[in-house]
Amino acid sequence: MVAKTDERTLEASGIRVQFEGVKAVDGVDLHLGAGEILGLIGPNGAGKTTLVNVLSGFQAPTEGSVTMGDQPVTGWSPQRLARHGLVRTFQAVRLFGRLTVLENVEAGGVAGGLSLRKARRRAAELLEQFGLTDRADLDAASLPLGEERLLGVARAMASGPQILLLDEPAAGLNETEGDELLAALTAIRDRHGCSLLVIEHDMRFMMRLCERMQVLDAGRTISIGTPEHVRTDPAVLTAYLGTGREVRDAEG
Amino acid sequence: MANVIQNIIDALALGSLYALFALGVALIFGIMRLVNFAHGELIMVGAYTVVLVGDVPFVVKVAATLVVAIAAALLMERVAMRPVRDSSPATLLITSFAVSYLLQNLAITIFGSVPKSGQVSSFLSESFNIGSVSISKLDVATVVVTLALMAGLALFLARTPMGVQMRAAAENFRMARLLGVRANRVIAMAFGISGLLAGISAIFLVAQTGTVSPVVGLSPVLFAFMATVLGGLGSLYGAVIGGFLLGAASVALQALLPLGIRGYRDAFLFGAVLAVLVLRPQGLFVPRTAVARI
Repeated sequence: MVAKTDERTLEASGIRVQFEGVKAVDGVDLHLGAGEILGLIGPNGAGKTTLVNVLSGFQAPTEGSVTMGDQPVTGWSPQRLARHGLVRTFQAVRLFGRLTVLENVEAGGVAGGLSLRKARRRAAELLEQFGLTDRADLDAASLPLGEERLLGVARAMASGPQILLLDEPAAGLNETEGDELLAALTAIRDRHGCSLLVIEHDMRFMMRLCERMQVLDAGRTISIGTPEHVRTDPAVLTAYLGTGREVRDAEG
Repeated sequence: MANVIQNIIDALALGSLYALFALGVALIFGIMRLVNFAHGELIMVGAYTVVLVGDVPFVVKVAATLVVAIAAALLMERVAMRPVRDSSPATLLITSFAVSYLLQNLAITIFGSVPKSGQVSSFLSESFNIGSVSISKLDVATVVVTLALMAGLALFLARTPMGVQMRAAAENFRMARLLGVRANRVIAMAFGISGLLAGISAIFLVAQTGTVSPVVGLSPVLFAFMATVLGGLGSLYGAVIGGFLLGAASVALQALLPLGIRGYRDAFLFGAVLAVLVLRPQGLFVPRTAVARI
């Protein structure tokens, strides 16, 4: 058997994105390890969203390459990436409002190529894991924001992706809802072994969720390391505040 | 009493026909946000097939009509709609008008504008009596086939991977694509089904009127549009119920209007639909949560 590079790894090197003279991302490398939870943070305009757009196929890089496992995926469409096992969620969840909660997850499964029977079984399991089982038969449009977010992640997990990119999953959630999401995300990684790349502004949330963090500022990586390392890195503090205070003060 | 029962049967039969028309329009609208005015021409193509295949066994005639109508629908999607699919809804709408006129004029060029007569099956024009009520076999067939089709469609949408993907695409096409739904397949399937519905509509229409002309699809598509708007654009169940309501209202007006103004039945019908829409602009059966989306 030929040893194959783990499909759950994502490797971006030398990513550069230029919009009419403005360098949104200026030579960033990113490594997402198999089963890792990596956080991507940085002040507004740092280039996080542009980078994630490149990784998820929404934006072709001006320069640089993206590899998933040992498969070069630079310039692939989001659809093709999704079918290959890289799924992205959005700040706006965009559920299928008139489908039931169960059917939303089921739709994610069949869209990703599962048979209906498999998709249904997996959907039921995911609802169980996300604590949404008693909501299964409700219209998705009737869920409160916190459960909507959970369902969005469950739907993204429905086809069994190897890599999940989460764009501000905790935005607008209260503390309890944030904790539920945190537990759910940690659980899906532990149970399904998929790798997570998370963008989020809520530092408290990120410090607890991520194993490693990468900080961008003005389109470049300024720090990589454990949450503790990043939190106290003077370069990060300067980028956020221009002073020496800790990052957690930057909340809100 | 016999009169009332007769009217109910008439209403069910007419309502079934309207519901069939409406389903074809509602299905495409749900996924593409396009009111496909060329749906009437799919019915026209089907109706010409019924008449032109001539004296062949009933089953062959039905099969030929359905095959031609489905093929026409798939061709329409591939040639006319796919290239403009990502354009604005207005572009899609105008494209559908263009296709509609093109096909009508093509039919005039090939077959002339004089109606041609034809028959589906002599069996369907018979009727039988229950007590003093005379029931036409065509009416029974229309109701039964429509209900069976609806049950089939509901099962398809709920229990097959393609059906679930179609419903997801109808809710949020972009998101569905991002999750991996293949747009070309889902839309082609929706057009295929609308072709099937148009073919069946055509068979019942010819069985009822015995004629076909290049403009045979105009009135069905108008009723289809009204039924879908009445039921709430985007809701398949709404479209079906809208169709039956139109049928019932139409028969009721026919029975209740004084003889002198009965000829203006459709004017009263359209007026009533307008009145309903003034009171409930979103249609009758759109759930509250879905309104903002449209």
